[in-house]
Amino acid sequence: MTRDEVLSALHAVRDPEIPTISVVDMGIITDVEVDNDALVRVTMTPTFVGCPAIDVMRADVEAAVRALGVEHVEVAVTFDVPWTTNRLTDRGRAALLEHGLAPPEQFDTLTLELEVLNNVACPYCGSRRTTLKSPFGPTLCRSLHYCNECRQAFEGFKPV
Amino acid sequence: MNQDAVKDLLVRMADDVLILAHRHSEWTGLGPVLEEDIAFSSVAQDKLGHAQALYAILHEHFGMPDPDVMAFGRAEADMRSCHFVELPNGEYDFSLVRHLLFDAAEYVRWSALRESSFEPLAKLAHKIQGELKYHLYHAQTWIVQLGSQGSEESKARMQSALNTAWPYALGLFESRPGDADLVATGFFPGEDALRAEWEVLVQGILAKATLTMPHDHAAVLGGRDGYHSEFLAPLLVEMTEVYRIDPSAQW
Repeated sequence: MTRDEVLSALHAVRDPEIPTISVVDMGIITDVEVDNDALVRVTMTPTFVGCPAIDVMRADVEAAVRALGVEHVEVAVTFDVPWTTNRLTDRGRAALLEHGLAPPEQFDTLTLELEVLNNVACPYCGSRRTTLKSPFGPTLCRSLHYCNECRQAFEGFKPV
Repeated sequence: MNQDAVKDLLVRMADDVLILAHRHSEWTGLGPVLEEDIAFSSVAQDKLGHAQALYAILHEHFGMPDPDVMAFGRAEADMRSCHFVELPNGEYDFSLVRHLLFDAAEYVRWSALRESSFEPLAKLAHKIQGELKYHLYHAQTWIVQLGSQGSEESKARMQSALNTAWPYALGLFESRPGDADLVATGFFPGEDALRAEWEVLVQGILAKATLTMPHDHAAVLGGRDGYHSEFLAPLLVEMTEVYRIDPSAQW
């Protein structure tokens, strides 16, 4: 068993709230340790501290590694490596777009000013003539926007 | 490490967000517009997560009961929330003002805790601080809008709500006997330092909103010693109802 084989299996585990993206592309898998074929330790971190989907994803991650025939699987949820949207992979960003969500841009999270939410690129037409309607959306990681160009409401994935 | 002082600090921080999360969740389904309904519900969900993470630290590092017992299994006198978070939501003006004053305090507190000498707390702080930006941004947007860009009535109502909330908000920063040890060891900067920074932050936002910061008020205290407002007991009855029927219930 190699680390890559485990990661490849984890690509099949999806975020239940955004089924087009895997937990790997979401960037919430922070460490995979393989100790010969008998023990695999996965460390993951939630997107938001109160993310209600983390328990489901943790169970799915454990099941996916177990399905590889690994006897002992340990999955830990920690804040040791905090999740930020910069951890999304390019494939992850594309998956968000496919789901109709404006992907977050890369930011220095320490100096991030939320004014950037006022001109998020529309996922439908690409225009930046957009307006933030609310920094809170249907899940903790999304915000609500309106495109003044193609006149559609859309959701964005919040930069954190 | 002065364990009693640490427990006192983390429990009062967790209890404040737990109780305010419950108050915010009371807007679910009742917000003045759909977006605000969602916003208060989302802030509530974030805050519940913050409370749970703090109770988890207390459980794992300091031998306190598990998070569910801490949240739902304690008597009123064992709670350490301040009166500010216990007050009923009132009208939307008061809820918004409380949201602003509380989240400005949270933002200052958690920004500082990123430098805490206690590593698990510092790590959590890095995470929570990023979320609090959104809470503060939401509150600030509305306060500025209703204060400086609304009508005479909206401005008057915001000012009136601010005057009512102020003495209670000061109760967030009640110093405790063990705090000095925590300040000396770099665990946290101390309530007085946090309050001073909070006043600067709030002053700046209120200036943009053309609202006047109240002065010369005595803080409303008592919650940190288990003496609560009349509003906590009924809140606890409601919040703990399922747990009291079946402590093992999953929902």
